[in-house]
Amino acid sequence: MSIQVEHVSKRFGEFVALDDVSLTIEPGELVALLGPSGSGKTTLLRVIAGLEPLDSGRIYLDAEDATHKHVQERAVGFVFQHYALFRHMSVFENVAFGLRVMSRRERPSEAVIQEKVHRLLDLVQLDWLAKRYPHQLSGGQRQRIALARALAIEPSVLLLDEPFGALDAKVRKELRRWLRRLHDEIHLTSVFVTHDQEEALEVADRIVVFNQGRIEQIGAPDEVYDHPQTPFVYGFLGHANRFATSIKEGNAQIGAVSIPAPEFAGTPAQEGVAYARPHDLEIVTDPAAATLSATLEHATKIGPSVRLECLRADTQMPLDVELPRERYDELGLAVGQVIYLALRRAKVFPIRAEANA
Amino acid sequence: MSAILEPYAKGAAVARADEGAPRRVPVRRQSLQHSQVGPVLLAGIAFVYLGLVLLVPLAAVFVEALRKGAEYYWNSINEPDARAAIELTFLAAGVAVPLNLVFGVAAAWAVAKFDFRGKALLITLIDLPFSVSPVVAGLIYVLVFGLQGWFGPWLAAHDIKLIFAVPGIVLATIFVTFPFVARELIPLMQAQGREEEEAAVVLGANGWQIFSRITLPNIRWGLLYGVILCNARAMGEFGAVSVVSGHIRGLTNTLPLHVEILYNEYNSAAAFACASLLALLALVTLAIKSLIEAHHLKEDV
Repeated sequence: MSIQVEHVSKRFGEFVALDDVSLTIEPGELVALLGPSGSGKTTLLRVIAGLEPLDSGRIYLDAEDATHKHVQERAVGFVFQHYALFRHMSVFENVAFGLRVMSRRERPSEAVIQEKVHRLLDLVQLDWLAKRYPHQLSGGQRQRIALARALAIEPSVLLLDEPFGALDAKVRKELRRWLRRLHDEIHLTSVFVTHDQEEALEVADRIVVFNQGRIEQIGAPDEVYDHPQTPFVYGFLGHANRFATSIKEGNAQIGAVSIPAPEFAGTPAQEGVAYARPHDLEIVTDPAAATLSATLEHATKIGPSVRLECLRADTQMPLDVELPRERYDELGLAVGQVIYLALRRAKVFPIRAEANA
Repeated sequence: MSAILEPYAKGAAVARADEGAPRRVPVRRQSLQHSQVGPVLLAGIAFVYLGLVLLVPLAAVFVEALRKGAEYYWNSINEPDARAAIELTFLAAGVAVPLNLVFGVAAAWAVAKFDFRGKALLITLIDLPFSVSPVVAGLIYVLVFGLQGWFGPWLAAHDIKLIFAVPGIVLATIFVTFPFVARELIPLMQAQGREEEEAAVVLGANGWQIFSRITLPNIRWGLLYGVILCNARAMGEFGAVSVVSGHIRGLTNTLPLHVEILYNEYNSAAAFACASLLALLALVTLAIKSLIEAHHLKEDV
């Protein structure tokens, strides 16, 4: 089932949680809403579920206008950040709840409920916990039970609010791979909210980056990572170095380095900002080439790569550089040494684009 | 004094007699002393104080009640006026407690699960009976519904008697006891938050199903606790009820008022007999409360 969000706005008093947001989610997709806290991603999820009324705009579930449909009738699966398991019910009863509250006409027989709940518990690999109570489970187990409970009503879409937010790093990694596999198995249109970029990049088919109630960029993980469209996305997704630059005649000048910025060819001279990933800065041995000179302050070796902290000679601004371990050894760098950096790739924005970042 | 000092002396003696023994032996004894005397002393003070202020009077109630023998005791609580007082007490509590149960749950539900204007005001109003003297509460009803009060003439014209009659007693009891259930539930429901209810509604539950299957089970111990406290207060209330009652024997006397009348008539054995019923109620309340707490604790673990 598809989800369409059209021009949705939502305020909490003075605070604008969603500012004219439009988004289409295709059937069977697994989409991540990514952004810092307070950026509106959870609000959008709750608006889709019907837990939060919207101020303006429309929500379509499977092309049907669901804007004014009550939560109870939307039949969406919702997994809460803190699980929200019913603490006085066993795991079995938690999962069975959605079936038991159905109207008498729709409610399956006890035998069917039994069969279905056990099948769902098998799906999340926790059938052996059926008789336990929520407080007897670990965080990861609770999360999977919450998921089984949400799936019991055969929802047309699955909405997950920071599903792994409250778990420790190791369990989180396992669970998100498991969620990805589960999604590949059942192909249920799913939307999950996260502030963890790594999680979004690893799990989602598409990422929607939120900032201050607006969508900054929508795209596949590698697309969003490799081609950020706004300064905010550059800063939020992965590490990036920021440079002040002046743009003139289709070129951006950063210190002694000039990089082509053809998209500004027809515009008058202006101030701008440029972003470059740490691995897009290359150490060169020939200072004559167009380079930035910097002092190497610190080197951290992490597995096969080395992260360098440097200080630009002209502006005294810190720079992060990343290079393969072999290259680092080959160069034989020492802390305190002056190095020369070439910009292999950078993205230039006019200065006003940064106002929202 | 000497009992406290003795271990010091002994410790010192041991250290002296056994030259090679570690020096800290007396020190350890000393610290042991510290850790025992403090708590024991404090607990002792607490017990003596409670004994004087609580247990002795409580025992006195039963001793005095039975002074003239079991038969006199039985007759004291079985004579018509006493029985009328007992019945009226049960009636007042029987009306006030269910009403305040419903009110308390509704108010706590509203305060804990929804945001609305005037929420702070509602919470303050719920606390009002705690901060107002019961006598004042009784007087308010007399001023409003009494013969000289605001609605007095109208009520008299329609032959409705509230003050110096049973309805007034019930009203006063409701006023005095209405915070108990709400006060017990509000912090509990606030701590539990709205997530479970939200989960239930997403799963398709309607309002009644959410209340009966999610909210109520989650608050049941707190609710029972609040009801018990509410009931104890409803049956024991003196001040407010005294003002609106008019003290008509066999008609508008509740058990606490009946005790006062008997006592004022120097019939202390009968007064204590009736008082012992209230004391018994208090003990039963306490026992149920402890049971609930024990059960609750076990469930939480």
